[in-house]
Amino acid sequence: MMHVAGVDVGSTQTKAVVVDIRRRVVGKSLVDTGAIITAAAQSAFDAAVEDAGLEAADIAYVVGTGYGRYKVTFGDTQVTEISCHARGARYLFPDTRTVLDIGGQDTKAIKVGDEGSVLDFCMNDKCAAGTGRFLGAGAFALDIPLGELGPLALRARSPVKITTTCTVFAESEIINWLARGKKVEDVLMGVHQAIATRSLSLLRRVGVEEEITFTGGVTRNVAMVQILEQMLETRLNVSPEAHYMGAIGASLFALDQAESGAAGALEALTIESRLDSKRSEPELCSSACPNPIIPKRMRDEEVAHL
Amino acid sequence: MSVRTAGIDVGATYTKAIVIDSVRQVLAMTMVKTGFDLAGASEKALAELGRQGIERGDLDYVASTGYGRYVVPARDLQITELTCHARGASFLHPATRTVLDVGGQTVKAIRVDERGKVRAFRLNDKCAAGTGAFLEKTARYMGFDPTQIGELALRSREPVTISSVCAVFAESEVINHLTSGTPPEDIMYGAVRSLAGRAVQLMKRVGLEPEYTFAGGMSRNEAFVKALGLALKAPVNVLPDPMGQYNGALGAALLALDRVNKLRAAGEWPRRATVHGVVA
Repeated sequence: MMHVAGVDVGSTQTKAVVVDIRRRVVGKSLVDTGAIITAAAQSAFDAAVEDAGLEAADIAYVVGTGYGRYKVTFGDTQVTEISCHARGARYLFPDTRTVLDIGGQDTKAIKVGDEGSVLDFCMNDKCAAGTGRFLGAGAFALDIPLGELGPLALRARSPVKITTTCTVFAESEIINWLARGKKVEDVLMGVHQAIATRSLSLLRRVGVEEEITFTGGVTRNVAMVQILEQMLETRLNVSPEAHYMGAIGASLFALDQAESGAAGALEALTIESRLDSKRSEPELCSSACPNPIIPKRMRDEEVAHL
Repeated sequence: MSVRTAGIDVGATYTKAIVIDSVRQVLAMTMVKTGFDLAGASEKALAELGRQGIERGDLDYVASTGYGRYVVPARDLQITELTCHARGASFLHPATRTVLDVGGQTVKAIRVDERGKVRAFRLNDKCAAGTGAFLEKTARYMGFDPTQIGELALRSREPVTISSVCAVFAESEVINHLTSGTPPEDIMYGAVRSLAGRAVQLMKRVGLEPEYTFAGGMSRNEAFVKALGLALKAPVNVLPDPMGQYNGALGAALLALDRVNKLRAAGEWPRRATVHGVVA
């Protein structure tokens, strides 16, 4: 039977899946990306192939995706993570209209059309605020392992409001709150809410339409899922495989290619490059930033008496 | 009798205080760490002035500024730091039309008129990548102390381009550069240039009108001053150390004196003696 693979090289972790011709995931793996990206891609691929009980030679087609997709040197082609997340989400949850992906260093909101096509997207990969990295900084400042963040945050009774946008400044704000005697869980909940709020403004830019599928590594954080559901006032589709969504999408594009030769993946690439042109270069602050630096008005009472 | 006014600038990191007389001569100045207790920091600065021979009772008028300006118990008046920076810079360099202040957590670009009044301004206090914190982070990623930034960066021969917009994401970029054998000084100066570029972008938003006057903690950093001059392609008035850091406090003291002069002209000075704030 024919098998194909998708390799999603993220900034923090690299995911690989192997699917068979009936679109079933038969092998998967997750490794830390680290400094040598090509090596991470290779070892994730090897591990997924082994998990499937196959050999590298059994894999008919490999699609690379993620920020390091061009480092998948053994891959046959690349598809952007936007297309792959849309495709993967749509495959697991066919009624998906909106995808929210929160990864280690970026957050994406994607509007999905019929057949899983990308209608619009908005991405923040310029600023750590609102990404998994913000959560990581919070974990570091509070000295709590990543896996314990969610359950601990859910114990909060009176969450604090984190007012700084920047991850660097938020670290001092976290320490400030603790110094003022706030409970760790209340501060932690504030950190979660800050990320959820930023994700929401990204989602609003593409328009929130149900069903919403939540993907990426941060899906494993129970508190984040719960806060987002409360803010959006709806249930989110969260697959146990949500972390692998990009890789699953990539493997589906690989299957298209392997089956029909040309159409699928290449078509997706064309769509993507057109959408990519919408991303303008950041000026002072990223244009993708939901909190652009805007001029403050001088308070009248402060200048009045001069 | 000569009037003495004080300006107290309660900043996020340091609290600065300065005393001037009626001919605008600086009589004393001091700087203390702000810490958690903002009001306490301002009291500490005043006590420090006392040790320099200027007692609390010698001060006729006290203006506070900076982010802790509302909690200074000794204040007669609080003024935004923008107004103070504009006033201080225009006093030291009367032809100033654009003031740039780069601090640890805030960057300000201010357009001032010929009288030293604020005409327009832009702030960045939201994103560390545009402030001194960016350089501090970069230095720390490479194992250097922030005090070494200037001297390190000045040794650079082939600065690299730092493309990350985020101070957090810059870490991976710095590590990549180090791994590929780039000397730390070239990375450091790359970061300095990136920050200078962002500062000039902020200045453009208020209109780039010379003369340019540069204040704030970063004005002591020679490498940054050099990068700023190159980015602006124009000469920059740099306040001499330590006045760069005292510019806000100086502006506050000058504005306090202006206020006293105004009151005098209106026949309301000297103020009548008060007991616990009530006119006797």
